[in-house]
Amino acid sequence: MEHLELFFKSIFIDNMIFATFLGMCSYLAVSKKVSTAVGLGAAVIFVLAVTVPLNWLLDQYILQPGALRWLGPEYADYDLSFLSFILFIATIATMVQLVEIVVEKFSPSLYNSLGIFLPLIAVNCAILGGSLFMQAREIPTLGLALNYGVSSGIGWFLAILAIAAIREKIRYSNVPAPLRGLGITFIITGLMAIGFMSFGGMLTGGDEETSEQTETAQIEQVQKQEEDNKLAENTTTINE
Amino acid sequence: MGLLSKKDAKLITDPLADNNPITIQVLGICSALAITAELKASIVMGISVMAVLGIGNVVISLMRNIIPSKIRIIVQLVVAAALVIVVDQILKAFSYELSKTLSVFVGLIITNCIIMGRFEAFALGNGPWRSFLDGIGNAAGYAIILVIVGFFRELLGSGTLLGFRVLGDPIEKTGLYALGYENNGFMLLSPMALIVVGVIIWVQRYKNRALIED
Repeated sequence: MEHLELFFKSIFIDNMIFATFLGMCSYLAVSKKVSTAVGLGAAVIFVLAVTVPLNWLLDQYILQPGALRWLGPEYADYDLSFLSFILFIATIATMVQLVEIVVEKFSPSLYNSLGIFLPLIAVNCAILGGSLFMQAREIPTLGLALNYGVSSGIGWFLAILAIAAIREKIRYSNVPAPLRGLGITFIITGLMAIGFMSFGGMLTGGDEETSEQTETAQIEQVQKQEEDNKLAENTTTINE
Repeated sequence: MGLLSKKDAKLITDPLADNNPITIQVLGICSALAITAELKASIVMGISVMAVLGIGNVVISLMRNIIPSKIRIIVQLVVAAALVIVVDQILKAFSYELSKTLSVFVGLIITNCIIMGRFEAFALGNGPWRSFLDGIGNAAGYAIILVIVGFFRELLGSGTLLGFRVLGDPIEKTGLYALGYENNGFMLLSPMALIVVGVIIWVQRYKNRALIED
């Protein structure tokens, strides 16, 4: 149940593009054709599925306050969380290189379709953002971290697929000249994001959440959801 | 400008309008949109990016002859990450509330495409002084858009600027609110950031027809 909830939440409610704008640069640059968009989207799912669990392990056993306890009791006081940016990005950069080499060796056909996108991905905000949000939301288990990586990747994939399809069609429409290209893409993405907001009530039952959503900024919303989650966890443990 | 030659001054002024990193080069959108619900957060984000890009460009430019081209991306990422950690720690020390608001988006400066783009396109091929100017110029172009978006979103969304109630008090119905004006809470939500940037692009290309795409 927990898994299912996180899965749908990361795809629809906390969609990387529409709720947090992660990976917008490549989203805008590579969404002119559906075929390339599919390639990049698949590569993002793949890399997120590898890096998020890996960074979860790093976070759990090296970075968090007290995470070094397994080395012995004298290490229990260390807090290395300020190093998380550099460790995460190093993991991502090496993993991308590694994935590129492995894919090239074992599946040339996959390499041909994903290959050119893999180097782009090391600097895609969605990848680092996935790991940073994983850390900020304090995802409890490795399984959930893997789930989070895959499902937010799928959310990103859906978003870029949708915008690429729309952009292929919109070429035949009569858009005002100054708005053509970039401008209209921004506005369409905005409208799609408004559409995706309607998924917001899906898991919470609706009523209270939606009335407050109009008041608070997106960032506050994320924080609030975290608090709600913590509250829910607390109550379940008490009930048990 | 006695200090800067004409060519150098162009490095700073160009990215402010006709070669703006956000609206023309389409770089670094991610963080630009997510944190612009308040003007204050936008300004701090602009300054952070300016610090990272200005210093980072100089560092990369000084090392440009000794970086092997095969691993240059990793070197660039490490330089950016180190600078961002410093910025993050400074924010946490002196303005903890704000660093909570910016949350992960400070960390995402590392993968901000403006940073990588300028390292790759400019700092690897130019001297430190010119790279510094280029970094400052591009970051300023980025900051300008952030400030414009933040200005409109905060003013129309919550009726405040930098936290001051410029339109009167919505509860006691003073100022504009006495006339029946209401805040548009929608402006605070993420989709409106996209639409505001879309409109900025529209206005800019309407004024400068040369920028229109076909």
